Amino acid sequence: MWDRNQMAARAAQELEDGMYVNLGIGIPTLVANYVGDKDITLQSENGMLGMGPFPTEDEIDPDLINAGKQTITELARTSYFDSATSFGMIRGGKIAAAILGAMEVAENGDLANWMIPGKLVKGMGGAMDLVAGVGKVIVVMDHTNKHGESKVLKDCTLPLTGKGVVDRIITNLGVLDVVEGGLKIVECADGVTEEELRAATEATIVS
Amino acid sequence: MKKVYANAAEALDGLLFDGMFISSGGFGLCGIPELLLQAIKEAGTKDLTFASNNAGVDDFGIGILLQTKQVKKMISSYVGENAEFMRQYLSGELELEFNPQGTLAERMRAGGSGIPGFYTKTGVGTQVAEGKEHKEFDGETYILERGIVADLAIVKAWKADDTGNLVFRKTARNFNPPAAMSGRVCVAEVEEIVPRGSLDPDHIHLPGIYVHRLIQGEHEKRIEQRTIREA
Repeated sequence: MWDRNQMAARAAQELEDGMYVNLGIGIPTLVANYVGDKDITLQSENGMLGMGPFPTEDEIDPDLINAGKQTITELARTSYFDSATSFGMIRGGKIAAAILGAMEVAENGDLANWMIPGKLVKGMGGAMDLVAGVGKVIVVMDHTNKHGESKVLKDCTLPLTGKGVVDRIITNLGVLDVVEGGLKIVECADGVTEEELRAATEATIVS
Repeated sequence: MKKVYANAAEALDGLLFDGMFISSGGFGLCGIPELLLQAIKEAGTKDLTFASNNAGVDDFGIGILLQTKQVKKMISSYVGENAEFMRQYLSGELELEFNPQGTLAERMRAGGSGIPGFYTKTGVGTQVAEGKEHKEFDGETYILERGIVADLAIVKAWKADDTGNLVFRKTARNFNPPAAMSGRVCVAEVEEIVPRGSLDPDHIHLPGIYVHRLIQGEHEKRIEQRTIREA
């Protein structure tokens, strides 16, 4: 089974040299630690390309934050722009990939990650725009919830963020692709058997 | 053409009325018009509708207007940082219209650009699409979203010249240009007003045509998530 960092490292393998990429909050943020020598430009949808690491105490600047409202730094390649321009490049398909977390994913690529009715009222932020617009949507999440129930479902039960938008799912148990008719197992995590992966998955797995 | 005012209260004089619609710049607490929000609180204007990406935190940003119950409705993409907001919304005191972040930004930009509506694929197949016109272009489905034209826009920039040309700094730009564009009237607060001619015309981020009134002031610029790495 993979831990958070191993999931992030696996997700980083999806990225190719020269890509412009948007990373969501949580485990996806850790992906930046594993890109190695690849020339990746990170987009922060509040209006920045070329997001750098967290600042040192001396570098903290209240005018420089990421989409998770965390203080960050700029790089030599950085550019800034307004929110309309930022989502223009997202909606316009200029961002090659988005890696984001999820509450539920369905076998047809439906994604739910913004709302639990009557419980959690936070908002979708930029997630609906990202999944509708970017080239490839990669979900990184735990395979099951804290009650042990599968988050990889036949149908999402929560309100959707996007319909048929997910391309690849990376969980603590393995990697699955959304294909015609269901999900296809790409690989199992270290120490996880295909039977275990299937048992933890409610969605249809096609071979 | 006099755009520069002495303070936020004077800059808003004659512009505020109960039930009005205000577009506000800012993302989280970054680049928010904190002085103008404080002045609106002091003016006591009620039943406000705000188009703003976020609702501030309990005691800063739009949050200060929630405390005084001056806000009737929020049009936002994310309000997760504000407990008082959540309480008022769940008890039915506050209306909330969630807009995807890019849709909100484009609604402002479009409204300010004479575009009453536009089609986007953002939100197709979700709650956001319910009740909206759907249309196919080249085999893909899109929904119609409306441009926003607000009674007033309030924004924050880094520098301005006295004609209202604005320069922003880093990610504090965010929603400020589209919000400014969406207002029938726009009031901007900046850290420094410089004489005309001192900003490079090629480096203006928002032309002064969008900015009607202007103040200079001291900004707290509160940080929401202070994250650091070891030096």
